[in-house]
Amino acid sequence: MSAPPASGYFRTSYERDDALVDTRAQRLWLAAFCVAAAAFPVLAGAFALELANQVLLTSIGAVALMLLTGYAGQISLGHAGLLAAGAFTTGVLFKEFGAPFWVTLPGSALVGAAIGLVFGLPSLRLRGLYLAVSTLALHFLVIHAGQEYETRRGHSTGVVIDPPEIGGWALNDPTAWYFVLLVAAAATVLFSLNLLRSKTGRAWRAIHGREAVAEALGIDVKAAKLSAFVVSCTLTSIAGCLFAYYRGFVSSEAFSLFLTIQYVATVIIGGIGSVLGAILGTFFVVLLPYAIEALAAAVGLGERLSAVVFAVNYAAFGLVMIAFLVFEPQGLVGIWRRVQAWFLLWPFKQKPAGK
Amino acid sequence: MQLAVNIAVLAAIYALISCGYVLIYRVSRVLSLAHGELMMLGAYGLAATASLFTGHPLVAIAASAVLALLIGVLVYVVLMWRMTGESVLAAVLATIALGILLRGTMTLVFGTQTRYPLEELGWTNASIAVGGTARISAAGLVLVVGTATVYGGLFVFLRASRWGIRMRAAGQNPLLAAQRGIRLHGIYALAWGLATFTGGMAGMLIACDAGVESTLVTIGLKAFPAALVGGLDSLLGALVGAWIVASAEVLLINYVDPLLSDVVPFFVLLAMLVVRPWGLFGTREELDRV
Repeated sequence: MSAPPASGYFRTSYERDDALVDTRAQRLWLAAFCVAAAAFPVLAGAFALELANQVLLTSIGAVALMLLTGYAGQISLGHAGLLAAGAFTTGVLFKEFGAPFWVTLPGSALVGAAIGLVFGLPSLRLRGLYLAVSTLALHFLVIHAGQEYETRRGHSTGVVIDPPEIGGWALNDPTAWYFVLLVAAAATVLFSLNLLRSKTGRAWRAIHGREAVAEALGIDVKAAKLSAFVVSCTLTSIAGCLFAYYRGFVSSEAFSLFLTIQYVATVIIGGIGSVLGAILGTFFVVLLPYAIEALAAAVGLGERLSAVVFAVNYAAFGLVMIAFLVFEPQGLVGIWRRVQAWFLLWPFKQKPAGK
Repeated sequence: MQLAVNIAVLAAIYALISCGYVLIYRVSRVLSLAHGELMMLGAYGLAATASLFTGHPLVAIAASAVLALLIGVLVYVVLMWRMTGESVLAAVLATIALGILLRGTMTLVFGTQTRYPLEELGWTNASIAVGGTARISAAGLVLVVGTATVYGGLFVFLRASRWGIRMRAAGQNPLLAAQRGIRLHGIYALAWGLATFTGGMAGMLIACDAGVESTLVTIGLKAFPAALVGGLDSLLGALVGAWIVASAEVLLINYVDPLLSDVVPFFVLLAMLVVRPWGLFGTREELDRV
């Protein structure tokens, strides 16, 4: 699973090759990370907690998009539409039928899977650009359906959703949300990592590499593509459901094309073809607007920029995405790997010849 | 009758915009998703030159047209040449990033208020009667005539001029064209320049008719289905596609539901992708090689 250390290849069994956590040091780091994640809400303030919740929420969708684009190599420009589908399914089920949390979540997942199938069908005939375009078109259709619902049922400003209740205990506290989202994000990451080291994940990587060769190797290309779409869309739709509950509010305004671009940005900035990249990219993309705001306030421009803050964000996202595409196509994860290699190989600059 | 006029104007808008998509795609196999923003930049360019050259409307128009051409070349020289030879995904993502960068910058520079370049030029948008009951705005009429001229000009340029023939060669087989001494970077830059010029023209004319604001980008995106329905590498296709999409949109809005305006082109697009992904006039084998 992980790359062998710089000094050589020391694994003695195939199980070790597949293990998610390889060495004792990694296990220790993982444990330390779990403790830190659990202790975070105790130590952090309200604002930091809100940021953490946003990061966790976004990371689910980002990992889902990474599975599709980074591993299976299928472009999707419709991820905002999918989030909208999940959120609206939740909104409609709640508003029309008063459905509780444990109905709306699987409901959203089912709708996501169905849309994934529809999103995926064009991929059987189309490649590259054409696929990107068809997902873009589906984005507009889903958003339109949401708007139709809003206007037809008189929720023109959006649908208000009560916090989810489990056994009389309502989930409306940021700390409680933090743990729910942490579990959801961790489950998504674990699920993705496990899927990627299974037959399905290997098939995805094969069709990413070259479809004709994958087919020659006996991989059912159509099934692999469809499964990539269905898995990614289901996860994204679940993220949309959580998003709806977290905000307590669903409105088609929230799911603009910019949201899709933000998710695409997480994938590019994080580094294509890496779950770690999706998470690093999420941190970057969620925190960037706040960093800009803080910077503007520090320079003394806070007042003047507050009216056009979205325009500043747009421009900044555009610039950062271009910078990564041109100068660092491997993304943050590429930088991370180089830093790692630098320490591993020190005092050498590169792997000695013959290794 | 009014419906027919509306269809003609909308088709002209879509055709003028979508020929930019086609030019860039046909020559360099890159889909420019920043086209809507570049179009809007053209419109803002006209508004800026109009206030700069007050009292000289013709100078302002000429200046903004040259500006649009230069911006297109600049986009290629600064950004897109780095994406030449990269994967399709990287190039498309670069145009998306460019689009969002432009959108933010334009809002910062020009503000969020709607601007009316026609008034700044000192002209009024007269309403002209056509065949009894129907009416067309002067800007709309210029749009239809302008689109026809642009397509005529492009046709002659691509068929007869030296640069046009080089452009077609680069589109057909870039490697062979480069080995025969055609400077690909120059050709690609020209394609971007022409595409931005025509897109900018569309933006300017729409701005003259209805003013410029941030929603102009949506029109740019809605013109894309027109290009694809006709076939992404065929100018004639873009013209026919624009007619189909515009008719579908105007008729459905009129007889079914005005809210459908934003989705009709994408419905048409999806239908086309399912039935005949390479478009009405596009070349089929191109698609399988992507």
